[in-house]
Amino acid sequence: MTAVDIPLELQDALARRKVPWTVRRRRLLFAVANHSVVIAAALIFLLPFVFIALTSLMTGDQSLSPNLWPSPFRWSNYVDVFHQAPLMRWIANTMMYCGLATVGLLLSSIPVAYALARLRWRGRQVAFLIVLATMMLPQQVTVVPLYVMWSKLHLVGTLWPVILITWLGDAFSIFLLRQFFLTIPQEYLDAARVDGCGEFRILTTVVLRLAKPAIAAVTLFSVLYCFNDYFLPLLYVGQGELHTWTVSIGLSQFRNLHQVQWNLTMAATLLVMAPVIIIFFLAQKVFVEGITLTGVKG
Amino acid sequence: MSLAPATETTLVAALPAIDRRRARKRAAWRRRATVLAFMSPWLAGVTIFFGYPLLMSVYLSFTHFDNLSAPRWIGLANYHYLFHGDLLIGPAVRNSLWMIVFAVPLYVLSAFGIAMMVARVKRGAGFFRTVFYLPALAPPVAATLGFVYILNPANGPINVLLSHLGIQGPLWFQSPQWSKPSLVLLGIWGVGNMFIIFLAAILDVPKHLYESAELDGTGPLQRLRYVTLPSISPVILFSIVIGVIAAMQYFTQAYVAANIASGQASQAGDVTVNLGFPEGSTLFYPILLYNDGFRDFSMGYASAMAVLLFVAAFAVTAVILANSRRWVHYGGAVR
Repeated sequence: MTAVDIPLELQDALARRKVPWTVRRRRLLFAVANHSVVIAAALIFLLPFVFIALTSLMTGDQSLSPNLWPSPFRWSNYVDVFHQAPLMRWIANTMMYCGLATVGLLLSSIPVAYALARLRWRGRQVAFLIVLATMMLPQQVTVVPLYVMWSKLHLVGTLWPVILITWLGDAFSIFLLRQFFLTIPQEYLDAARVDGCGEFRILTTVVLRLAKPAIAAVTLFSVLYCFNDYFLPLLYVGQGELHTWTVSIGLSQFRNLHQVQWNLTMAATLLVMAPVIIIFFLAQKVFVEGITLTGVKG
Repeated sequence: MSLAPATETTLVAALPAIDRRRARKRAAWRRRATVLAFMSPWLAGVTIFFGYPLLMSVYLSFTHFDNLSAPRWIGLANYHYLFHGDLLIGPAVRNSLWMIVFAVPLYVLSAFGIAMMVARVKRGAGFFRTVFYLPALAPPVAATLGFVYILNPANGPINVLLSHLGIQGPLWFQSPQWSKPSLVLLGIWGVGNMFIIFLAAILDVPKHLYESAELDGTGPLQRLRYVTLPSISPVILFSIVIGVIAAMQYFTQAYVAANIASGQASQAGDVTVNLGFPEGSTLFYPILLYNDGFRDFSMGYASAMAVLLFVAAFAVTAVILANSRRWVHYGGAVR
């Protein structure tokens, strides 16, 4: 694409032209400067991880001293963490939240995204605008009546309010899936129609198979969102019993629970970061594709 | 189940006119039913979780309500208190505005700056992309905890490093002047999502634009101004809108940081002591709303705050989008 726009003879001339020494030197200096800044910035970005990891291996006293390097390395911190708090219980709660919310979100959002992207009907544009509007609305705006509603249903104190709210379509997932569904060539859908497929069969057989990357991205984002979610779980279970908490809430209260020391707190912090980072390295491509999908086409 | 439109018409053509009209009508109804079936989860969701609570918030904002007894109509009293009586609302609004005016542009600038540098890297671009993106993945609570420790004034690693350089480090999360900048540092660390979007946009700028600009004898700064920025302006707009909306609901990091930094032994609820620690400098609007509505159970008043937040979110988004027409260029490869 780049080459087409420049006349051939000009390209030739450009290629044959000898780059002057001063220009080459300037380019070299610029590249060196750029690389040094990038490397410095990258080190700074890695620093917090390094400090958290180092502190998580210290003894309690060391974590309060100016020493940055643990000596001796106390690997047993990672065992002690589990004795300090019902961490396994929090992990189980979080997994239940992530799993149920994600399944419900996929089942409810996929047909909606399909109807918004590939079915023609009056009011479709308006519906899509409302989807965008709900995506942008701060969640605090609707939180009071929803809390009242869930408390009438006696579900405050459980994670059901945060799970059930995803079961009736999630705006962000609908948006992301719609953007992807729009890119599927019409010919595939028409071919299925000619073969006598109804819209539901087209969705389940043709579209879902082609949209695997988008569905993977939505699944990943949903799991991460639930894992990281703090405001709503705090609202619904944060004031309740210890054993109903999620990992995020537990971690935020970890240090305050029994005045736990920094070394153990950092070990817990790293334990909470680890699954996300591992998932990232396993599914790096899905992430980057998903993020680009939200941004460039938005 | 249903016949494809093309086959249907050929079949129907053989039938008398009345039957044809009836069949067409039936097909239209069937299409409508399909759309309705597909849209039904969202229609129910948007009604129950969006429309109803929005209207209910407006209603509750005119009442005194504590979730124990029925709401009692008190007219504009909540709004009067909101604008004239509440001493905490001023700091909360100012802190939130501070985030929108200072933090959001900083996030966009750092994401853009990092993306520009990484886009120029010849080798190891994948490595740098990972390093700058990774912190965005760290769960907000975990990242906040990490930062509160790393920046703790008593022998925290950063202040230790600074003292080796002969610099007396600030009190970070413990000081009303530095608490918000500390939160901004935490935000810049987690700017990875924005960074990836910028990087993709920058790499998408057609190369021939740079080449022709270079032939016209432009310098690097001019190329940035007249080629890069216009080409990625939709992404800049997108980041600003997302950033402002995120700043308006900024809760987790500030809430957790205040809780941990204050060091109060508090159960998950007991926040009044730590509200906006230190000295209300991290009291943001959503935190105040949470505190009033769900700690003090002044739910009528919290609803009034919610309505104001809704109006503000709506207004800010509208203003940004209306102004954007002047400087955002849609066209070419970026769409």
